[in-house]
Amino acid sequence: MEISGMAAVAGAGVDKPRIGVYVCRCGLNIAQTVDCAKVAQDSAGLENVVVSKEITYACSEPGQMEILEDIKDNGLDRIVVASCSPRLHEPTFRQMMKKAGLNPFLMEMANLREQCSWVHMKEPDAATHKAEDLVKMAVARVGLLWPLTEEIVPLTKKTMVIGGGIAGIQAALDLADTGYEVILVEKSPSIGGVMAQLDKTFPTMDCSI
Amino acid sequence: MADVGRHPNITLHTMSEVADIKGFVGNFNVRVLKKARYVDTSECTACGECAKVCPVVFPDEFNVGLSSRRAVYMPFPQAVPSAYAINMNECLGHGCSKCADACDKNCIHFHMSDEDFQVTVGTIIVATGLEPYDPREMDEYGYTRYENVLTSLEFERMVNAGGPTQGELICPKGRKKPKSVGFIQCVGSRSQQKGGEYCSNICCMNTIKSTLVLKEHYPDMDIKVFYIDIRAFGKGFEDLYNRSRKLGVQYVRGLPGSIEELDDGSVRVAVENTSIGRIEYHDLNMMVLALGMKPSSGTQHLQEIMGLQLTSDGFYLEAHPKLQPVDAATRGIFYAGCAEGPKDIKESVTQGSAAAVRAIRLMHRGVITTEPITSEIIAEHCVSCGKCATVCPYNAIVVDTKKKTPAVVNTAACSGCGTCAAECKFGAIVMNHYTDQQINSQTDSMLAENAADKILTFACNWCSYAGADYAGVSRLQYPANVRLIRTMCSGRVDEEFVWHAFEKGAPVVLVSGCHIGDCHYIDANHWTEKRIIKMHKKMEKMGIRAERLQLEWISAAEGIRFARVMTDMDTLRQNVTEAEIAETVKILQARKKKY
Repeated sequence: MEISGMAAVAGAGVDKPRIGVYVCRCGLNIAQTVDCAKVAQDSAGLENVVVSKEITYACSEPGQMEILEDIKDNGLDRIVVASCSPRLHEPTFRQMMKKAGLNPFLMEMANLREQCSWVHMKEPDAATHKAEDLVKMAVARVGLLWPLTEEIVPLTKKTMVIGGGIAGIQAALDLADTGYEVILVEKSPSIGGVMAQLDKTFPTMDCSI
Repeated sequence: MADVGRHPNITLHTMSEVADIKGFVGNFNVRVLKKARYVDTSECTACGECAKVCPVVFPDEFNVGLSSRRAVYMPFPQAVPSAYAINMNECLGHGCSKCADACDKNCIHFHMSDEDFQVTVGTIIVATGLEPYDPREMDEYGYTRYENVLTSLEFERMVNAGGPTQGELICPKGRKKPKSVGFIQCVGSRSQQKGGEYCSNICCMNTIKSTLVLKEHYPDMDIKVFYIDIRAFGKGFEDLYNRSRKLGVQYVRGLPGSIEELDDGSVRVAVENTSIGRIEYHDLNMMVLALGMKPSSGTQHLQEIMGLQLTSDGFYLEAHPKLQPVDAATRGIFYAGCAEGPKDIKESVTQGSAAAVRAIRLMHRGVITTEPITSEIIAEHCVSCGKCATVCPYNAIVVDTKKKTPAVVNTAACSGCGTCAAECKFGAIVMNHYTDQQINSQTDSMLAENAADKILTFACNWCSYAGADYAGVSRLQYPANVRLIRTMCSGRVDEEFVWHAFEKGAPVVLVSGCHIGDCHYIDANHWTEKRIIKMHKKMEKMGIRAERLQLEWISAAEGIRFARVMTDMDTLRQNVTEAEIAETVKILQARKKKY
């Protein structure tokens, strides 16, 4: 992390990136508003883009296989996935990068679903134009990203459960039975929570305690 | 419950609250405040001799005030730990000491003091539960004014064989068994005016259950339920509802408008029966209010110290409503039960198990990979001014301002908000994965064509970007000229990013982040706010209209707000002329760059 980081800051000795762009149709979620073929076609002309194509479901197994094969065949080293929110599938595609032997942080997502096709459903042209912009932004960014590595640190194999109601009790018992140490913190003098105050409980009409 | 008490792997701390949480996933340092119980739980046999001699009488919380207890008390017979406790605010103290004298095992210690200790844990499960809605706000139902109007919880205690009346239903006023009982649904739920706007999930089924319990004990009792609609959606629920109807329980569609008390303590209910469109009056001996749920009172405190997010209803917000329903956005923290939203026992148990498994999944390897998105110091540019160390919410940066040694980042403690990099005036901090060049490259490509038409928005990953996603999931439509640049925190948005955008012809710029107090990085967004205020002043000095730079707090749950802010931004953009943009570009091109 330190070496690659500093090297890139200094702008020293970096080969020209080879970028692959994948415009996901997400079934029809993206494709019914955004002209994915056009986005892929126009993105092919962007600097350092070696492969640019549309794909039905980038996140699916066949979708990922297709990208992995392209990486191998074309020597791609950076990937742009233009699909859904990175909050949903960034981990998926970072994992895919690892599988390809690439650094997971050399992947960038353009959010064409949550922040484009779904919010501009009545303006397909404007949405397609926006999608092109979003891909352009991602391509520019991905070319400047540098590899990062995760550090591995020891972890405390203990869980704190805050609240001793039925949910906290269940979580504590499951963890404890699996062999984990649990610290259960309850603000009142007894565990049990609201459930302990109930008489019979639906739907089986048995006693709550 | 008893299993928890005797499990060798569970350490139970009752009368305890979490005061502070530091650290991060894998190694959270939690400070716990444990109130003194004044009874040694390991010695107490729950014989009850102490309570027999205690002269102080107080309402019993467990029976919601329907019975009394002493200052030294057992919360309820099956309590865990099975031990008495003294409420020191009520106790007469040393001067009395009757309980201590009565205790054969000498387990009462008045000198016991509160404990304040720290523990390190790898994961945290938040299961802080619920609080029933306080129906006194709904004055039309007369709770506390009319004795025979009870809450559902009071009713529960009364029909419980172990309750204050040994399971006998008795009208508080008149002390007789009621011949007729009514239930009012949605008290504190599904209302725009009072209580929550949400459905509390359990009250329909709880009432149906109560009617069955009543019909079992008193087959001739006249029972009426006043409702908006009955939500019997779970497995076996509809069957229960049908059984209740078959047993003669009358379901009246409509919530009462008012309740008045009659001479004998009964109540008269005025209700519009919406099935037949007629105003009806029902006289009932007892009325039960089916209370909705609220998040427990400590929710906000915990949310603040842990940097978690809440929905607009005040319950905890999960990382993803379908795919990560028990995960918090903060790694290593999970939710279980009603803390996350109203739910019944089965769902709470399911979620408790789910949260346990999610915690195990994270911990079982015994090691954890750290966040690689951290900041780095370029020593040769650092002037040791100490600004970065001041703004870091995690105290992850050390600078010796006297000896003038360069700043050092503790990468294990750094969470990657990027506030240090934004505040460094000397370009001496690189924020990995969100460097100046990386972010400015996005601005450049976005503004390369038709810059005047675009709305540049910086959005923080945890709240505003998630709020934009939420707008998408909800299919809310907003202007298509919005372009988002994601940063981990709004604290990362460097002044230079904004100047750069204006210099490249941006008509307007929006910086958006978590609401103050909700920042995922403790309080990094305070620096965002300060920075924007400073920038507004600079803009005025430079001759750039300050309103072209906007700051908005948009939470992950505020999809509607996100869409509205975008529409407002577009209105603002339309007021910016080409000439004005050209003038700004000229001003900024002439300006001396930060570094």
